[in-house]
Formats: sequence, structure tokens, C-alpha cells
Amino acid sequence: MQPSLEPDQQLLLSTTAKFLDEFAPPAEVRRLRDHDAGFEPDYWRRGAELGWTSLLVSEDAGGGSVSDNGLVDLALIAHEFGTHAAPGPLLPTSIVAGAVSRHDPGHELVGALLCGDAVASWAFTEPVPNDALGTVTVQARVDGGDIVLRGTKRPVESAVQASHILVVAATGSGLTQVLVPTDAVGIERRSMKTVDLTRRFASVTFDDVRVPVTAVIGEVGGAAPAVEEQLQQALAILAAESVGAMQHAFDMTIEWAFNRYSFGRSLASYQALKHRFADMKTWLEASHAIADSAAQAVGAKSPDAAKLASAALAYIGHYGSELLQDCVQLHGGIGVTFEHDLHLMLRRHTLDRTLYGTPAEHRRRVAGIDQKGRNAA
Amino acid sequence: MSENALEDVESFRARAKEFIHANLRPSVGPSFGMRDVGSMEVELALVEHDRALQRALYEAGLAGVCVPKEYGGQGLTPAHQRALNDAISGFEYPGRFQAPTFSPCMAVLLDFGTEEQKQAHIPAMLRGEELWMQFLSEPSGGSDVAGALTNAVRDGDEWVMNGSKIWTTGAWWSDWALCLARTNWDVEKHRGLTVFIFPIHQAGIEIRRIEMLNGSKEFCEEFITDLRIPDSDRVGDVDEGWTVGTRWMMHERTLMNSSYVTMPAGRSEGGGRIGDALAIAAAAGKQDDPVVQDLLGELEVLELVSNALQRRLGDGMRAGTMSPQASAIGRLFHGSAGVRSGSILFEIVGAAGGAWEDEDGELAERGVDFLMRQIGSIGGGTTEIARNVISERVLGMPRERAVDKGIAFRDVPRGPSSQHSEA
Repeated sequence: MQPSLEPDQQLLLSTTAKFLDEFAPPAEVRRLRDHDAGFEPDYWRRGAELGWTSLLVSEDAGGGSVSDNGLVDLALIAHEFGTHAAPGPLLPTSIVAGAVSRHDPGHELVGALLCGDAVASWAFTEPVPNDALGTVTVQARVDGGDIVLRGTKRPVESAVQASHILVVAATGSGLTQVLVPTDAVGIERRSMKTVDLTRRFASVTFDDVRVPVTAVIGEVGGAAPAVEEQLQQALAILAAESVGAMQHAFDMTIEWAFNRYSFGRSLASYQALKHRFADMKTWLEASHAIADSAAQAVGAKSPDAAKLASAALAYIGHYGSELLQDCVQLHGGIGVTFEHDLHLMLRRHTLDRTLYGTPAEHRRRVAGIDQKGRNAA
Repeated sequence: MSENALEDVESFRARAKEFIHANLRPSVGPSFGMRDVGSMEVELALVEHDRALQRALYEAGLAGVCVPKEYGGQGLTPAHQRALNDAISGFEYPGRFQAPTFSPCMAVLLDFGTEEQKQAHIPAMLRGEELWMQFLSEPSGGSDVAGALTNAVRDGDEWVMNGSKIWTTGAWWSDWALCLARTNWDVEKHRGLTVFIFPIHQAGIEIRRIEMLNGSKEFCEEFITDLRIPDSDRVGDVDEGWTVGTRWMMHERTLMNSSYVTMPAGRSEGGGRIGDALAIAAAAGKQDDPVVQDLLGELEVLELVSNALQRRLGDGMRAGTMSPQASAIGRLFHGSAGVRSGSILFEIVGAAGGAWEDEDGELAERGVDFLMRQIGSIGGGTTEIARNVISERVLGMPRERAVDKGIAFRDVPRGPSSQHSEA
């Protein structure tokens, strides 16, 4: 998170932090482990009232942000989601609300998403062997006045809870995004297991699912730029949330180091451990810095947005795991128990580093962008 | 805003670009790493070229962007300096002036110098006439700079200095020194230090060039014998040298992000090696090797994160939301990323890292670069010290036991190898 915020951003942040302190404490997160949706509808509606779902939606579509960069504002919320390992489909709902409202500001789904009555999901990634970031094999074929979808997406967040899924599919050599109601004939949703306690994922199969072409968001075969933008937004959200999880785990471990005594001294007094905390603090500050840069650049659509977003995931994915696992190590045995809170943050980061490309995939993406830039120059 | 409204950043950027494109050459050669540049004549010619470049920037109104106008600067903001860094990316620039002349030396003079000292030296630095060096480290200790043994004794309106300093870059072609010396042995270590300035080329200073393991002779050692310094060349109060020294070290740790330093964007710490890496990969025919792609990506990620981190720390420290000690975070990142980058480059080089011919082009000499991999984790204060600063000063963890506290410096244990010229 940025070291200094505008007053409106500060208010957005503190309101959400206070709300999550009260309604998403660790005990509630643990309780939701066995909850089908992973969140209560009323909790989500009240979060929506705080502005969670409106930040990527323009004002003329009923949304609005507190600064001139809605993604930076959303990153503040995502950061708090990370510190609390909070429940709720923040990422997919935000992405879909933004995408649909840019296509049709008056779309009725947008209103339902904004007030928290509905949730939606974005189906981008696919199962093995097509799980490499950006691979799209689900087919969208125009048939008269309909568009027909065939193939499988996985993992699709909150797919079972969603009223609509925005599906990224291939049409010829181009991409098409189709907004499919989840009660359409031919959709099968199978719940998946996940490391996170409250996020829910499903494998969604489209067996010649037929919807009117009016369900296409954007142009048939022309969705690649929109998909890239949505991917970058997702990366910025994941980065911010991951850093929130890192920050909380680090704070907990610092406190532990001061309070835990071994051989008559606090852990914080041992130079061998102090130096590891110095390394972790450096990774943490670097992670904040690149997450902020990514959100700023993606939200402002600057030319280096793709590179910074992937750099954020590559760095935070790798060093975040190092930090969180070292927090576990420094806690000792208690760090690997269910009753301790540390694993809530470890789970959230572990999930986020896998959802939209692994660190290795993002390193290659950065190298690829770089090479393309140089070849063009 | 005053009647002299500041030039806006974009028009400054346009002006900088215009000058740079019309007057400077594209940067050439390896962008990173210490290399032996050849003979003394070659090196002196490079120094003279840097002086000319600095002079040209001064005349174009692009020197000392954040230095007050009364000292020859532009009186502008860090945003203007960043615009200059962007504009000069990919071009030659007077690298030898940035560190340590502009930071920490000029920065320390701006913080603590007398009006006469500032008027005498800061415009001369900005015009390319005075290259400065820091006489800080000593053979008896690197990171423990407050343990300085170089001794200065008052003699009327003058001081008489004896001792030795080390790790000064290019002292033999530099003009002035900023020097930390001991002026009181009967008080605690940090309370008996004083800072002085003096010309390097004079009787009483003997310079020895040190050959590094890669053949570079960039660093020097100086032997100071009965050097006389007028009291008007003292910076800060007598025995208050550590007050100056603390800021001095802060400026050194933050120099990559200093608003007094011109550093082509993309060339700062941690990375700056992506151009080298791509050239090496091309020479090795491995651009499309997926393992090399992964390594190239990692290098670039480290560079992007480094830039973002330095900006975050700079903003935080300027706004007062982070303590000045947070600069140690940037220093540790720089060191660690430099180590990793060095390993990545060497990995891409492959077998030519161990034995090569001059015809190998970009692959030649890379093994020698690798031997110097740790330099970025040592120079400017080791990463071990940075880890102490972060854990103790930033995170507030208990300090290491200090045996040099509460006793006169002359009684601090010094080890059998450390001789000094105690008064």
C-alpha cells in the first residue's frame, strides 16, 4: 500500500478495515470453511454498500471511485482483504462489473452487482494441459442469431454462486467474451477443493451452450485487448491482496519475536533472526512498491502496465511465499496448527500466486514483452 | 508560489530532451560492473570527458536540478530530476560526478557547510571543475566508520592530520576530499569525531592505487602525514562529526534515489543489466531458450521492483512517513538483487565464463565480472550492516551488545593488526 493516501482513500480504507475487523474476524473465516458459498449474502451486500463492487465501474453506469484511478482504490480494498483473508468474490465481481459496464453502461447485471444482490465470475483459465496463462481453447461459434460455447474453464471463482459467467473463448484466431447466465442449458459446474478457507472455485463445462449473440461483450473475435486489460486488473488485485496477507503475517511474526522468549531472551534479540527479519522487511517493502506501481500503471493504462503487472506477480508470488513460510518457520510448531491465524494469510497468498499465472510464467511474460519492445524499436 | 514560478515538469522534460538529443552521444559499452578501462591516459581522458559533459549540462541549465539557485543549481523539484533521468536514459552522462561528488559530498555541504564553503565549492562541482571523494573508510575497519583512527590535532587556526583512508574511487584524478577524523580520544567513539574538507593533491597526502582481483585500479588508499587544514575547512562543530556522519551515510545509502544525482532511468541498482543480459544471450545464441527466458525475466523483474522500491522509500522518507533509516532497506535490496543478477548473467554466459577469447565479444571477460559479484553487497556499507540497521532502527529490535559504549575511545579494544597514530 502507498505510504500516503488522499483523505477520501483513507476513509474508504478505514471503513473497510473496520467492517472486516467486525464481520470477518479469524473465527468467522474459520466458521465459513464449511459454508457452501464461503460468504453470507448479507455480508456481501453490506460490503457492496461500502463501495467494494463499484470501483471499476464508471459513474454513468452507477459506479464510481474515490480517486481518479479506480483500480488504485480497489487495490486498497484488496489489500484489506489480504490482511483479513476476507471472504467474498471481490476479484471476479469487480472484473465482470467493469467489463460489462464498459460495454453497456445500462446492463441490468451491473446494477445487481453494484448493490451486491448478485455475484458474477470471469472464466479465463483452463484445465491441464491448457493451463498455461493465456491459453484459450473453449470455442465460441456464431450460429444464426446465437453464439454457441463448447469447452471447459477452470478454476472459475464463485461459479456456483454466480448468476452470470463472463467466458473468454476463441473464435477463429480471435477472442470473444460471452456473458452466460449460469442457468443456461448445457452448463455443468463441479465444485473444486482449494487451499483457501472461504474462496470457492468450480470447474465449468460448456456443452454447446447456446445464448443470443447479444450476450457477446465487445466484438466477436475482437476481445483480445479487453481480455488483456481485465487480466492486468486481476493481477493488480491479486498483487495488492497478496501484499496485505504478507503484511499481516509479518506484523504477527514481529510481535511474536518480541514476546517469545527462548534461553532467557526474546527471539528479537538474536542476530541470526534479526537478519532474517531485515530480509523479510525488504521483500515486504519491495512487494508494496511493485504492487502499487502495477495498480497505478494498469489503472492509468500506461504503456508499461503489462510489464509492471507481471513483474508484481512474479516478485510477490515468489518472495511472498518465502516471507510467509519463513513466518511459519519463526513461529515454530504453533505456526503449522489450524488454531493459529498465520495459515489464513499463508492460504490466501498461496492461492493468489496460482490463479492468473505462476511466478515463472510471469517472468517469461516480462521477458517476452521486453523482447517484443526491443524488436519493435 | 513566489513570483518566480517554477518551470513545469513537462516543459523542463522537453528542454532536457532537446539538449540531450542534440549534444550527447548514445551510451556505449557495458552498462554495469567495474572493468579495467586501460591505461592511465585512457582513464584521464574519460575523466576529462565527464568534466566536459558536466560543464555542458551546467551551461544548459540541467545541472543541480534540486540545488538552490544561489549555489548555481536550478532550484527545482525531485519530479524535475526524475524527468531528467528519463530524458537522459540511453545517453552518455557524467557518471563520475554523481557519486560521491553530488551525493554524499555536495549533499553534506548543503546540510552542514558554512555559507563560504557552499559558495566556494557547490558551483564549482556543478560546473565540472571539482570532483570530490569521501575519505571515510580506513584500513582498520570498513563498516565501523565511526571507529576512525585518522587523527586531527588542533594547532592554532589549523589542524594537523595523520592517518590513512581507503576505498576512495579514483582519488588520483579527483580534486577535493570530505574526510571524517578523530579529534578526541578521551570520549566515547561517536563523540570524538570531526569532519574536514581539503584538496587531495598536496604535500602530506600520498595516494596508492589498489589493484582489484579483476585488474581494476579504480580504488585508492591514501596516507596522510602532517597534513595542515585551516579551521575554516571544518564542516560542522568540533567533535560533532557523527551528527554530520549520520546524514552523510544516509545520503550515501540513498544516492540511487537522490534528487541531487542524475541517473539514467532503468540504469539504477538491482537491474541496469538487462541490456547486458540480452546481449550475452544473443551472443550465446540462447535468446529463445526457455530457461534463459526465465532468467531474463527475473533480471527485468528485479530491475522494475528496484525502481519501484527506491521511489517508494524516497517518497516515504521525504513525506516523513518513513524514518531516514529506511534507506537501509534500499541498500539491502540493491546488494541482494546485485548478487542474484550477477549469478543470472554468469549462468547465461555458459562455458565461456571460465575460458574465452577476445573474439567472443559479449561473452568475453564475464567470468571476471562474476568474480566481483559481491561488490554491490560490500561497497557503501555491507549488507550485514544494513540488516542490523533495518532490524534495530526500523523494526526496533534489541541492539547488538556494544563493547565500545560508555568508555573512552582510546580504551576500545582494537585487535592485534590495527595500528594507529593515537595522539
